[in-house]
Amino acid sequence: MAADDQSTLPRRKFLGRASALAGLVVSFAPGMRLIDLADAKPDDEAASAEVRWGMLVDATRCVSGCEACVNACATEHGIEMTDRPEIDAQWIRKVDLIDEDSGREISLPVMCQHCEDAPCVAVCPTGASFRREDGIVLVNKHTCIGCRYCMMACPYMARSFIHINLVGQRTHSPRGKGTVESCTFCVHRVDRDREPACVEACTEAGHQALLFGDLSDNEGELAKRLGEVQSQQLRSDLGTNPGVHYHGL
Amino acid sequence: MGSVWHLLPLMMLSGVLPLSVMADEPTFPRARGERCVEPVGVMRRAHFEFLNHHGQQTVERGIRTGRHSLAGCIGCHAVRDQHSDWVPVSAPGQFCDSCHTYAAVRIDCFSCHRAVPEADRVMGN
Amino acid sequence: MNNTGYHVAPAKGFWVFVIVLMPIVIAALWSAHQMDTAGHAITGMSNQVVWGLPHVFAVFLILCASGSLNPASLSTVFGRTRYAPVARLSGVFAICLLVGGLVVLVFDLGRPDRFHVAITTYNFWSIFAWNVFGYTGFIVIVGVYLACFIDNAPRGAVKVAGYVAFAWRVLLTSGTGAIFGFLVAREGYDAAILIPLFVATSFALGTAVFLVGLVLSLRWSGQVPDSDVLKKLGRLLAIFVLVVLYLVTAQTLTSLYSGRQRGVVEFLLFSGGVYPVLFWLGQVGLGSILPLMLLYSHRARGCASILTASVLVMVGGLCQLYVLIIGGQVYPLRIFPGYRSSSSFFDGVVADYVPSFWEVLLGVGGVAIAVLLCLIAMRILPLLPRALPLKSGTLVRDS
Repeated sequence: MAADDQSTLPRRKFLGRASALAGLVVSFAPGMRLIDLADAKPDDEAASAEVRWGMLVDATRCVSGCEACVNACATEHGIEMTDRPEIDAQWIRKVDLIDEDSGREISLPVMCQHCEDAPCVAVCPTGASFRREDGIVLVNKHTCIGCRYCMMACPYMARSFIHINLVGQRTHSPRGKGTVESCTFCVHRVDRDREPACVEACTEAGHQALLFGDLSDNEGELAKRLGEVQSQQLRSDLGTNPGVHYHGL
Repeated sequence: MGSVWHLLPLMMLSGVLPLSVMADEPTFPRARGERCVEPVGVMRRAHFEFLNHHGQQTVERGIRTGRHSLAGCIGCHAVRDQHSDWVPVSAPGQFCDSCHTYAAVRIDCFSCHRAVPEADRVMGN
Repeated sequence: MNNTGYHVAPAKGFWVFVIVLMPIVIAALWSAHQMDTAGHAITGMSNQVVWGLPHVFAVFLILCASGSLNPASLSTVFGRTRYAPVARLSGVFAICLLVGGLVVLVFDLGRPDRFHVAITTYNFWSIFAWNVFGYTGFIVIVGVYLACFIDNAPRGAVKVAGYVAFAWRVLLTSGTGAIFGFLVAREGYDAAILIPLFVATSFALGTAVFLVGLVLSLRWSGQVPDSDVLKKLGRLLAIFVLVVLYLVTAQTLTSLYSGRQRGVVEFLLFSGGVYPVLFWLGQVGLGSILPLMLLYSHRARGCASILTASVLVMVGGLCQLYVLIIGGQVYPLRIFPGYRSSSSFFDGVVADYVPSFWEVLLGVGGVAIAVLLCLIAMRILPLLPRALPLKSGTLVRDS
């Protein structure tokens, strides 16, 4: 039955390929837009100044009491709580706001704003706090001496100091006692063309309040959306030019 | 009979030899995999330079090639114990600790870096 | 080589002082070790109050150090030859106090084992980096200045060293003030006036510390401390305290006018609990008003009142730095002006800070280290003048 074999083979092949493609889409879709595959940064290539990573937080879609972004960040980076919240590291936090005049309530996440003119970068005595070419502000923990001056300087209270001995760190997120840290925009994901964990979690939770992307890419979703809706930066009067923008404040 | 001073070099030598035998040469569990990414002699002399350079490149520039990554070392050199749990490479007698204790050089890596392989390797450095 | 004018401190009592101070120093080092192994969790510091009591002591010692150089500078740079006999002590106090302050700073680092990184890797945009550079340079420069005195260097060399030391000391103290003044994030800082305020505070604190140190050193060597030098320094102390009071008033009033900064000033001066107490009672009352009364009163003009006034100024200085450094951090950041905020990271609330036992040990230990170094220096180097002039113009030896 060569003729039968020839007719079923194409279908099997088709099904095989279709399921492979579906698997590909399903596994990549949560963290990647397929159209961006062409722009994937190879592992041996340095971050480039042609890109400026940023985020738009839509406070109108953010739900008070939802901690999906916070929990995702904690899981991704191995951040655990102790019995003393004042010394717990928090790379992202939900802030509940009440307008002092009108009483209107807003909820939104605050994380490192990845400023273009970051005060934390300016004040670090060893240069451990630095801004990567593509706009992500990081702490080089090989050089950090734990002086905490950057924590004094940050207008957004974005940084945390590790007060205890840590074990069980995630491979992609080295963290240790005596150094300072803050949100990295999940740089290990971004370098492999995925979105930060908080953005992914917010999408999965159905709120889609966080949009991450390249601020320099005028054709990209982030830049387009910033051109359409009202948005502002936190404490823009300070001139830090954060990469994170907020809509609905 | 001779002067006791003639015996002095012999006494010194006899003091030194046992001492050198007393210091244990470093031993550690055999790594998995066929061979290391660099020759043993090169690794002994220069592993910290590879690690430091690779670390700086990754942190400062986002270059994430795996050849000299710390996670790469751990991936081959970590072993499991009798309960099938990974043993940290910084634990006594393990890969990193044994030579470093012998040479009395402090390791600065594992206050921050994970010392065992991670379950999912997709997000390795 | 004519060193008849100066002598080393007597052996009597030296070992008693050392035996008293050593346990404090050892306790401080032990405390630093505990903080290093267990982490800062054992202290009262947190992610909201990141600089605690050790920093208060460290900045206090640094300001005392740069100010202690004043008598030497007055002699070399400003030609006030009555201070020449005490110039050596002045230089030594400056170095020892600075080392004490730096020890506290280094041991409070999260990674004190990376000290070698701190002194070799500099980001020169950072005023902190300039300060690190400045502190190490200060020790070298004042060391050279001191060596010029002790080795009877030619007058020209002394002058150059003296001018460089004075300029360096002013720049260094300005840099210390700038550490806080350059912080745009916090309303309790972010003020250019903090720079001259720190310089003025260092003049006041340094003179006070020097007076106490001088009197104690002279008494140790069996001399009568009452003299023209003390009285003139007492007068200077009063002027410096007035200048500090003036600058603090200017800063406070301006901040009260500013809608942006009114909140933090109202908190620190009126509603903030322990901070207003430290400000009014400590900084203003004990640290400024009472010493001024003592120094200007007609009845109390002797050594005892000058000494008391000096100690009070030091207490006031500690209170001033506590209010500035700690108070400026506990007050919440205004990230969302016009909104009341709350979060799991203590947004919108006044933070708690209670210094822990370890921090007190470390801070006090820094003072003990400074005093111990002074004692050792006075025993091995000829620093103590044989006699102080009773009126200006009568010198034991020209320096």
